[in-house]
Amino acid sequence: MSFSAGRVDAVFRKELQDYRRNRAVIATMALLPVVFVVLPMVQLFSIKASTASSTLDLRIGLSLLYMLLIPAVVPSTLAAYSVVGEREQGTLEPLLITPVRSDELLVGKALAVLVPTLAVAYSVFGVFLLAAALFAHPAVVSAVFRAPHLLVQVLFTPLLAGWSIWIGTAISARSSDVRVAQQLGVLASLPPLAVVALMSLDVITPTFGLALALGAGLLVVDGLGWRAVAAMFDRERLITGSRG
Amino acid sequence: MPAPGALRVEHLGKRFGNRVAFEDVSFEVGYGEVFGFLGPNGAGKTTTVRVLGTLIAPTSGSAVVAGFPLGTENDQAVRARISIMPESPGLYLRLSVAENLRCFARLYGVADPEERTGRALEAVRLTDRAKDPCGSLSKGLRQRVALARALLNEPVVLFLDEPTSGLDPVATREVHELVAGLRSQGVTIFLTTHRLEEAERLCDRVAILSTTLRMTGRPDELRDRLFSKALEVRTRVPLAEPGSTFAGVPGVGGWGQSAPNAYTLTVTDVEVAAPALARALVGAGADILAIAEARRSLEDVYLELIGEDVEAGRR
Repeated sequence: MSFSAGRVDAVFRKELQDYRRNRAVIATMALLPVVFVVLPMVQLFSIKASTASSTLDLRIGLSLLYMLLIPAVVPSTLAAYSVVGEREQGTLEPLLITPVRSDELLVGKALAVLVPTLAVAYSVFGVFLLAAALFAHPAVVSAVFRAPHLLVQVLFTPLLAGWSIWIGTAISARSSDVRVAQQLGVLASLPPLAVVALMSLDVITPTFGLALALGAGLLVVDGLGWRAVAAMFDRERLITGSRG
Repeated sequence: MPAPGALRVEHLGKRFGNRVAFEDVSFEVGYGEVFGFLGPNGAGKTTTVRVLGTLIAPTSGSAVVAGFPLGTENDQAVRARISIMPESPGLYLRLSVAENLRCFARLYGVADPEERTGRALEAVRLTDRAKDPCGSLSKGLRQRVALARALLNEPVVLFLDEPTSGLDPVATREVHELVAGLRSQGVTIFLTTHRLEEAERLCDRVAILSTTLRMTGRPDELRDRLFSKALEVRTRVPLAEPGSTFAGVPGVGGWGQSAPNAYTLTVTDVEVAAPALARALVGAGADILAIAEARRSLEDVYLELIGEDVEAGRR
């Protein structure tokens, strides 16, 4: 049987319905972005009008990089739960009994994490832009609204989310315990954190070339991710705990 | 006899490393048949279902399930034509009954998930609970939802893995009624259980598994194969000379005394022996309280076949 968008849609809808009724998921989705938006806001409003344009650009860039942590970190716990969580609550076996293919199942689950993550990340970015437009100094506003900044934010949000989702799902497909999977999922979200930290410590200078290289790398990971994770998805191991 | 072919299993086996889950299992299940798969805990019943349901791969042997040979290339085709109701219902507890079923109807690619969900709920008499979250249902009701889910794709073969495990007598009876209803509709059912009265009541044929297949057949066939036929006799007072009374009765092979006025006679043919025995007892001046065929239950068969394994396991 060929890849079925209908089966992907069935998994996607089911996951969203389940998230909507899970307070812990809602709280994680809502609280983490609030934490990650505070720092950029503080950064934004602490910039003085007299700041040199190169420094201004760097500080704005760093503020925006902090916001990119939302798509990197928010999906990691959800993705890490996606397979092993189903296994623990006993719902994986009935799911695998249906004709759903491993890649359909994984794509459906990934989309169900990606869509709310993008909604949250872009909403937070919108709030950030609105706050900048209303309350920041005009010089800061013009720096924030520069096309490259906006473009990086818009493009990197789904790329980082994709990276985080596939790494988290891969961990989930191979873990036997939800807590371990989620801890590893958070660890897997550390590389982007490390990049941000290195940038904030001036070890790495955020340049167009670097952004391009990172973007290309993430695009490759995202493009191949679902195939790689589908290959790691061992039904027998998931059902019995033994390698198939 | 139903047409053969819903399931054909030949020398099937599954090992996990050095541990044998089951081995050399062969049987056939016809369309429309209710086939009971009996065995103690750890006998390999659930693993057999998982292998036949393409969830795990066999390590030896072969099987044809719903017309398709087991093999990676046929996994999806097999899964589209069968259903498995696992021992644990595995429902999404935050989703409503109808949402659970609609999701699975879409996964099976049914044309009208809404309509099919409604029909499945009707079949298990749960239409009025469609909007309830599954988490709010009792264990028995969850089991019925799981059964409804298993009916969504109108399976060629329906595997029921311990469907009444952990249910109270009322819920068990409800599940039995539902299974009996499916049976009357001609659904092929593969039922694993260690409830022998359940198998005896619902199944056309049973197989008894304890890592290897011990016996397959109709419950009465198994009884006949394992135990000789017997007549039980009760008289008002003990017979003065039972040996001489029973000696010349045609078809009687031997006799034993189970109580002062109760006797068990092994016979070759009940229909020949019973009337002759009645005449002999009357001739001996006995007041007959009862002459009845001794009924061996499926439990007797099961214990005869499995008892030694269980004892060995305990040792």
